[in-house]
Amino acid sequence: MSSALREQALAEAAGLAARHPRVFNPPLTRRLATLAVIAALAGLFVYGFHALGFSASRFIGGLAQLGSFVGLMIPPSPGSVSKGVIYLNALAETVAIAFLGTLLAFFFAFPLGFLAARNATINRAVQLLTRRFSDSIRGVDTLIWALIWVTVVGLGPFAGVLAIMTSDIGNFTKLFSEAIETSDRKAGEGVLSTGGSRLHEIRFGILPQVFPVIIGQTLYFFESNTRSATIIGIVGAGGIGLHLSEQIRTLEWQAVSFIIVLILIAVALIDFISTRLRLAIIGRNEVAV
Amino acid sequence: MPIALPRLPEERLSPLSDAYAQAVRQKRLSTLFLMAAILAAAIVSGWLAEVHPLRFIQNIGDFFSYFSRIFVFDDSVPGRPDLIGKVVLHDLGEWMWGIDKWLKLLVDTLLIAYLGTVLGTIGAFGLCFLAAQNLMPRRWVRVSVKRYLEFCRTVPELVFALIFVIAFGLGPIPGVLAIAIHTMGANGKLFSEVAENIDMKPVEGVIAAGGSWLQVIRFAVVPQVLSNFASYTLLRFEINVRGASVMGFVGAGGIGQNLIEAIRKFYYTDVSAILVLIIATVMIIDLLTERLRHALIGMESKK
Repeated sequence: MSSALREQALAEAAGLAARHPRVFNPPLTRRLATLAVIAALAGLFVYGFHALGFSASRFIGGLAQLGSFVGLMIPPSPGSVSKGVIYLNALAETVAIAFLGTLLAFFFAFPLGFLAARNATINRAVQLLTRRFSDSIRGVDTLIWALIWVTVVGLGPFAGVLAIMTSDIGNFTKLFSEAIETSDRKAGEGVLSTGGSRLHEIRFGILPQVFPVIIGQTLYFFESNTRSATIIGIVGAGGIGLHLSEQIRTLEWQAVSFIIVLILIAVALIDFISTRLRLAIIGRNEVAV
Repeated sequence: MPIALPRLPEERLSPLSDAYAQAVRQKRLSTLFLMAAILAAAIVSGWLAEVHPLRFIQNIGDFFSYFSRIFVFDDSVPGRPDLIGKVVLHDLGEWMWGIDKWLKLLVDTLLIAYLGTVLGTIGAFGLCFLAAQNLMPRRWVRVSVKRYLEFCRTVPELVFALIFVIAFGLGPIPGVLAIAIHTMGANGKLFSEVAENIDMKPVEGVIAAGGSWLQVIRFAVVPQVLSNFASYTLLRFEINVRGASVMGFVGAGGIGQNLIEAIRKFYYTDVSAILVLIIATVMIIDLLTERLRHALIGMESKK
């Protein structure tokens, strides 16, 4: 039975191909273009390996070594109780850095977001200037900001707070201004038509619409900043990163895996809390970002 | 002409306005409570993070003077006392003295980002269908792939790089691998979400025609998701270029090594030169990928 059906379908195949030529037999130029793009990407891929000095023997040797490291990481252990307490303390510091950095960035970026939005700014020049300012800040990685702040306020977590704040001012200004620009104009027009000023328009027409979105984005960044805060310690800007890089360099693999597990738990917790808060503020039905 | 607005009688109005005042009071109270909670958390965090407002105010000048210092020549240029105190634009050749070396390192950085993105995306492509609810009926496979992807994207790429530097030795290999693993985690999640939102009719069609799981993926799923995957991959490449620029901080290749040296050894004009090059590269890549992404989205909507 099924083979008869199959015969029938195969007999139909030629007719199908004739009826849909674009699917069964795409034009040659299109095929060539696809092939050329794939060849270029693959060529660059191969060239990249060559240019960066990849060698199979080094790669395999590294993998073997990596395997032995992973074996040494089990079970995760801080080494001693006092060290465990130090790590937990550093973890709290990390979360504190992320929280404070996000909060400060929110306060700075809130007005900047309005200045960078087309429909709420003072004039075009101010808008473009704010945009460029935030773009340049975003072009520099958090870790670079951390290095620069370390030279200003010295080693320690405070430099980390300032680094997260600085790079998030750039991110938030962009995201906030986009949220403001996509807000519905009708509410603002209503306020203006009843004799409200521009500030009234922003306060009663735009802000109620964008505030939940802005809070949602800020909470989302709190979680991602916790992840950034775990590494800025590598350049001496506080948090658990300092201990982590130290333990990696001294090959204390059990302590390394212990710290990584701590980080995973902390990030998962903050993810859970911020998702809850976001849903409570925005409501379940609206899309956050 | 005065308009007579109908007004509720006082006895019916007062409970309404009371209820309104009550609701407003309630909302103010909860806002106030939230503010107090945030303030308390901020104070605790400030204490944990050793925030010193006084030191900050004392040294904030340094932050801005740092930027004026990195854009002005000091006495580090040998044989050119005339340049001291002049803005770097005065002598572009002296400012960008290492341009050949830096451009080569920038190309390395871009290659690290590219290779990491491609490798990670291949991994993500292979795993994403296993994590999609509508394509993978076995729960344990789905859950374990999801947990694995979560692990890959939660551990910061710099931590992977630190570990890989010890295993593979200094150089760009650990950088590429670290970025690849992080990309696999991040793209794998996004890809599987795209795959979960596809139209299931083609899938049913291929299954009805007796297609295997791989044939379902190839002929019913991939054509639907490919442009979205490409768009996410371009976005990830953009992010990875930034990430690759700091890989050198831990010895994993790229321009970061020179940047951290310049900052630590106070080669001020080098710092600004490298930063300007990085920002320019990042902006160009942003522009290009944005163009490509819009072209992709345009192709998609024309279909």
